[in-house]
Amino acid sequence: MLKLWSMKQEQQKADNATSGPKKKKVTAAQLRVQKDLSELSLGSTMKTTFPNPDDILNFVLTIEPDEGMYKGGRFSFNFAINQNFPHDPPKVKCKEKIYHPNIDLEGNVCLNILREDWKPVLNLNAVIVGLQFLFLEPNASDPLNKDAAEDLKSNREGFKRNVRAAMGGGSVRGESFERVLK
Amino acid sequence: MEEEFEESHRTVPKPKGMADPEARRWEYLRYILYRPGPWVPEEATQGTEAVKFLERMKVLVIGAGGLGCEILKNLALSGFKDIHVIDMDTIDVSNLNRQFLFRQADVGKYKAEVAAKFVMNRVKGVSIEAYCGKIQDKDESYYKQFNIIVCGLDSVEARRWINATLVDMVDLEDGDSIKPLVDGGTEGFKGQTRVIIPSFTACIECQLELNAPRAAVPLCTLATIPRQPQHCIEWAHIIAWEEERKGDTLDTDDPEHITWLYQKAAKRAAEFNITGVTYSMTQGVVKNIIPAIASTNAIIAASCCNEAFKIATAMNPSLGAPAEGENNYMMYSGDDGVYTYTYSYEKKEDCPVCGITAKKIEVDGEMYLRNFMDLLAEMPDAQLKKPTIRTEGQSLYYQAPASLEEATRHNLSKKLSELLSSGDEVAVSDPAYTIDFRFQLIFK
Ligand SMILES: [Zn+2]
Repeated sequence: MLKLWSMKQEQQKADNATSGPKKKKVTAAQLRVQKDLSELSLGSTMKTTFPNPDDILNFVLTIEPDEGMYKGGRFSFNFAINQNFPHDPPKVKCKEKIYHPNIDLEGNVCLNILREDWKPVLNLNAVIVGLQFLFLEPNASDPLNKDAAEDLKSNREGFKRNVRAAMGGGSVRGESFERVLK
Repeated sequence: MEEEFEESHRTVPKPKGMADPEARRWEYLRYILYRPGPWVPEEATQGTEAVKFLERMKVLVIGAGGLGCEILKNLALSGFKDIHVIDMDTIDVSNLNRQFLFRQADVGKYKAEVAAKFVMNRVKGVSIEAYCGKIQDKDESYYKQFNIIVCGLDSVEARRWINATLVDMVDLEDGDSIKPLVDGGTEGFKGQTRVIIPSFTACIECQLELNAPRAAVPLCTLATIPRQPQHCIEWAHIIAWEEERKGDTLDTDDPEHITWLYQKAAKRAAEFNITGVTYSMTQGVVKNIIPAIASTNAIIAASCCNEAFKIATAMNPSLGAPAEGENNYMMYSGDDGVYTYTYSYEKKEDCPVCGITAKKIEVDGEMYLRNFMDLLAEMPDAQLKKPTIRTEGQSLYYQAPASLEEATRHNLSKKLSELLSSGDEVAVSDPAYTIDFRFQLIFK
């Protein structure tokens, strides 16, 4: 057997090492989320809510855009992070029904870093910045809600009106929306 | 050169009892163990002792799939006699092309069980104990019995789990608590073998960035312009299931679930004039089965067993051996010709798994959390002035974000004994440090 024990051990020994019955350790995913949370820059337009403060892997992010077409609305996103984070990206869904080219009526979000461009070196702040950007620059070329994307592409002013109508709790193209205006 | 070899070959003492067929069977293996080669350290045992030592080694093989079949076969043929294997999966028809320990009649049976039986029948004198279940079902007391662990897994999550478990088991006062982990992985024509000596070498978590998440297709492509049959399957998996079967947890081993997805995907494919959606393709996409190539598996498994053999016998330097230049990672690519590169993956100082060992500190259980935090700020080696602190199950105090600070603030005026029990571990982060700290709190 490889003589592990006779080899030079550089680490601190004995007096520092823990012993006794092992207790559950804070997991690598929890540690990473803890670090990411401490580095969030939420500004005045965003806030987080933790339904269970002991569980930092599940929380809600609320965004209240203060400029752009969605100004004055309040949108919340469920963040569900698994123990394979940061290998796996967080799962993010919009809780309100929204008229947006990159968010479908079920709340699925088309944001590259939530899926194809996710890397373990990215953090939660990058995701939050990405979400914020979706409200400033809805993108008709990555459509998840095809109708909304067509609308934005063909008639920007008309799209804007439809966004306001949807946010006010009206209906657009036969689909009714809930009121999200503050 | 050849003559020299012949010469030294002749000087090898012939193992006794060569007339015995069992001894003849292992004749060449014994040459290796009887002959002192240039790399053999002085303290290594040789001869009969070495053979006995190898036979007593208890090896755990995690995974009995493409890599696992090869690994079990190689270990048994290399002279290991006490082998255990864990796998939770059952045999599917699509496994038969490369998982050569399985036959048509085995479809539906547990991989670990069938593989163990097959190898035991084939290689006399080998004992293989199968456990058909999850690695997470077992705890430290189980993993503690092994000398070496060889992994042939296809899941990053399972690798991270066994890695964290093995690192956590290291007790610096007990050399036996250090379990070398030989990890093999393949993806198409590429693969890697790495050896992790917990607390000595880089661990799996240190190397997490190497695991490129699989190439995913943008959600909007799936939703609006699918071009390939796989896009329709992913759509059924991610979007249709969520919409139509909300609340139903998708079980990728449930044939009814796979059939449902298959039918949804086929219907969608027809709408977009895409052909090629099949049941087994659905299964492959949903279970994220990476196309496996038999020869890549064979090469990586051989390399893993080579390392396990060297670790067990000390006859030659293995990957990860701290004294030998510290190479611990071998990457292989058969994409274009053959390419291998062996190097040292550096241990990360701020690795959340192996970078921090819990420090034991004695505290008064009657102390308030607020005062404990003052104590952290005054510690001579790391002054944690803005600590965020939690246990595995509880957020004790968070400096940020605001909502979490508010939700945990009331804990500051609670006694430690109200929040946790003696011996519990807390993890502390502080913006002034990139690494986190772990403490085991012992009440005075
Ligand atoms: Zn590590």
